[in-house]
Order: sequence, then structure tokens, then C-alpha cells
Amino acid sequence: MPTPIIKIDAISKSFGTFKVLDGLSMQVMPGEKLALIGPSGSGKTTILRILMTLERIDGGHIQIDGEQLYHMERNGQLLPADERHLTRMRQKIGMVFQLFNLFPHKCVMDNVTLAPMLTKGTPRAAAEKRAMELLEMVGMADKAKSMPAQLSGGQKQRVAIARALALSPKIMLFDEVTSALDPELVEEVMNVMRKLAAETDMTMLLVTHEMGFAHDFADRVLFFDRGRIVEEGKPDEIFRNPKQERTQGFLKKIIAAGHRV
Amino acid sequence: MTQWSGYFGLILQGALVTIELTLMGSVLALFMAFLAGMGRLSRFFVLRALATAYIEFFRGTSIFVQLFWAYFVLPFIGISLTPLQAGVLALGLNVGAYAAEVVRGAIQSIGREQYEACTALNLGRWQGMRHIILPQALLVMLPTFGNNAIELLKATAVVSLISLTDLTFQAQVVRAQTGNTLVPFTTILIIYFVLALLISWGVRSLERRMARGLDGVRA
Repeated sequence: MPTPIIKIDAISKSFGTFKVLDGLSMQVMPGEKLALIGPSGSGKTTILRILMTLERIDGGHIQIDGEQLYHMERNGQLLPADERHLTRMRQKIGMVFQLFNLFPHKCVMDNVTLAPMLTKGTPRAAAEKRAMELLEMVGMADKAKSMPAQLSGGQKQRVAIARALALSPKIMLFDEVTSALDPELVEEVMNVMRKLAAETDMTMLLVTHEMGFAHDFADRVLFFDRGRIVEEGKPDEIFRNPKQERTQGFLKKIIAAGHRV
Repeated sequence: MTQWSGYFGLILQGALVTIELTLMGSVLALFMAFLAGMGRLSRFFVLRALATAYIEFFRGTSIFVQLFWAYFVLPFIGISLTPLQAGVLALGLNVGAYAAEVVRGAIQSIGREQYEACTALNLGRWQGMRHIILPQALLVMLPTFGNNAIELLKATAVVSLISLTDLTFQAQVVRAQTGNTLVPFTTILIIYFVLALLISWGVRSLERRMARGLDGVRA
């Protein structure tokens, strides 16, 4: 049996007095495509943000690719990770945000090449060649010289995907990447991600409210509520035959709100 | 009428001194602004404390007193400055303290999502600051920097008190020699105004050039 690429062990996280995660454990296998669903405030986005080191955990352990994320092993002891350790660990992980977070003062090409050139010392020519391939893949090659302000939301998000891919992470995190898009632009971003899921062996975690998309995209679906995994399973099991009452209630509400399953 | 041309020559010399002071003072102010403004955002308490102390002290005391201090008091501890050096020092440090708050405010106005993108792309603190945050923050700073530069230009008038032959000093010379107040002081009024206009235009065109193709940086 292969070892998990992500191993989350009893982590907890509070914002003020609100306990978002309370002793959560889960594992992700290499290459697995995971969809995290559940009501707002259930902690699914927080998990992605913790994996990207945008939030710190209050307790517990996380292993990425066999190494501790927030701890360093020194002489058999676990010490809190320093910035250098985190920098090394972040190389394994990429993230795409709900609001794209493109750099508005840089053109599409520079948005994609900046991080490889700065963090990996990739020469400009090589970085641009790779960027063109990625932009080609997300269908944005003809906009390489455009500024983000000139793009639609869907185009921005496709650039953001290319930008995250440029660092060749082993794990990609997608945080509600279609939530901020106009309805007619959602599909173009989903298509890129479907293609990505089919063509690469990257491990992917997707937080989404698009149940139909979660169904197509994922090998495994996790339903979160109040910081816990209430139910998990293959997409068909979760969406057609949810066993837990809370999952059923959630899906019913989502369908009533007009989302496609 | 012939006598006036000589006096105008004097005033023009004064204008050159004023411009020189404004430029050199602005360079020092800009340097101090970034040093102290970023110092206030530092992770290290000592840097934060030093930056805060500098800003509060130089904002909280009069430029007039600072100038006299630099010129008349520093010699007692063995530092003798020329009037020009004292003027540049006092003006630069004083205006730099105001501009430091502009730098800090502008950096803090850049949304959290830009910092998070830097983290997600694994940029180091300084890399993110240099390539992502500062270029966007600069655009926010520019209009207020323009204000600061004009304030500095006007504040140069105080250096006439330490015998630096700037515009105001020369106008006083002309007044003393001709007994006429209207002509010299109206002349320098206009010259100060034109210089301020030049700064405004310069800053505005710089702003336009930098803002090209941007959105989201300034609402």
C-alpha cells in the first residue's frame, strides 16, 4: 500500500472563540482528486488555507509527502517549523483562490513567470517557454501580454491556474475557484480543471459548492459539517445515496437553491 | 528701471538655491520615508520602536526649531554643518517623518489577498515586498508624496533664517536695499507658486504613467 501524500492528524484551529476544526484527521493518497463539500463555516476552506500555510494550526500534526509541515525533526525531537522549513515545504503545494489574486501590475506572462524565476532561479527564457505551454493548456496563450484588468473573471482564473502550475507542485488546492464567476464563465474554468484532473497525476483538493462539478472531478468526496468529516465516499455514493441525515439535508438545500447534481 | 534687473538676478539666484534645497531635501525625505515607514511594519520590536520614535519626534517638533538645532546646537557636540547641509538635514528629516506614515499606510492598504498570493507562490518576504506589494503601494503613495514635496518646497523659506540665500532671503535683501516690499515679495510669491505647480504636474504625469493598465490598485 502506498503512503499518503497528505496525512492530517488530529488538528485543531480556532478563530477567537469559534472552533473551526476540532481534532480533524484525514489522509490523501498521491494522485487522488478530492472534493470537500459542506455548508459555509464547516472548515473546508480552512483546511486548504492551513495546508498552504496561510493559517497556523493550534494543535495536531500534518505530514506532506512524508515530512512534517509545521514541525521540524531535529535529533528525534519535533520543533516548530521555521520560515526556511516552511519555504521548502511550500514548494510541494500550490493554490488557486476564489478571487484569483492575480498581480494587477503585471501582465499575464509576468504573473506566471515571476515565481519560477524568483524562487527557483529559472532563467527567463525557460520560464516563458513553460508559461506559454501552460497558458496554451488553459487557453490563454493569446492573452500573454494582456494586463489582468483586461480579462474576464473566467480568464483571470485560468491564468491563476497556470500561475500555480508553473511551480510544478505535487499538490494543488482549489478554493471555491468558480464561486466569484458569472454563471456563463463557470464552465470554461471547470473544463480546464477537468482536463487537468484527467491529464496529470497531481494530487488535487477542491472546495466547491458546485455539486455537479464535484461529482465529475473527484475520486472521493468528503462532506464537512462543523469542522468534522460527517461522511465520505465515492461521488456516486455521496450524491445518490447519502447515508447521514446531515448530508441528505445539505444536498437537498443545495438542489433547492438551483444547483445541478 | 535698470536697477530692477540686477535685483531680479539676485532673486533668480535665490530660486536656484530653493530648488536645490527642495531636490536634496526630497531625496533625503524619500529615503527616510521608506526606511521609517517600512521600519514601522517590521517584525522586530527594536526597528518598530526606532521608526516610531523618529516619526513622532520629527512630526511633533517645529521645523524651525529643528533647523536651528541642526545649525546652532550640533556644533557644540562637534558637528559643524554648512547652512545648506543643515537645511537639507532638517527639511529631509522633518518631511520624511510625514512621508513615512504615507509609506506605511500605502503598504497596509494593499489587500491581504496579494500577500496570500505571495505566500502561495512561495515568494520570500522581501521578494513579495519588492515585486508585488511596493509597486502597487507606490501608486497609492504618489499623490500624497506630491503634497509632501510641495510642503517641503514651502518650508525651505525657513532656511533664510540661517543665512542661506534662498528666495525668501533674497527678497528680504531686495526689500532692504530698495525699500520696496511689493515687487520682491510678489515676485517670489509667483515663483513659489510656479515651482509648486511644476511639482504637481510632475507627480500627476508620473501617476498616469504608472497607473496604465492597472485595476484594483486604486479604487
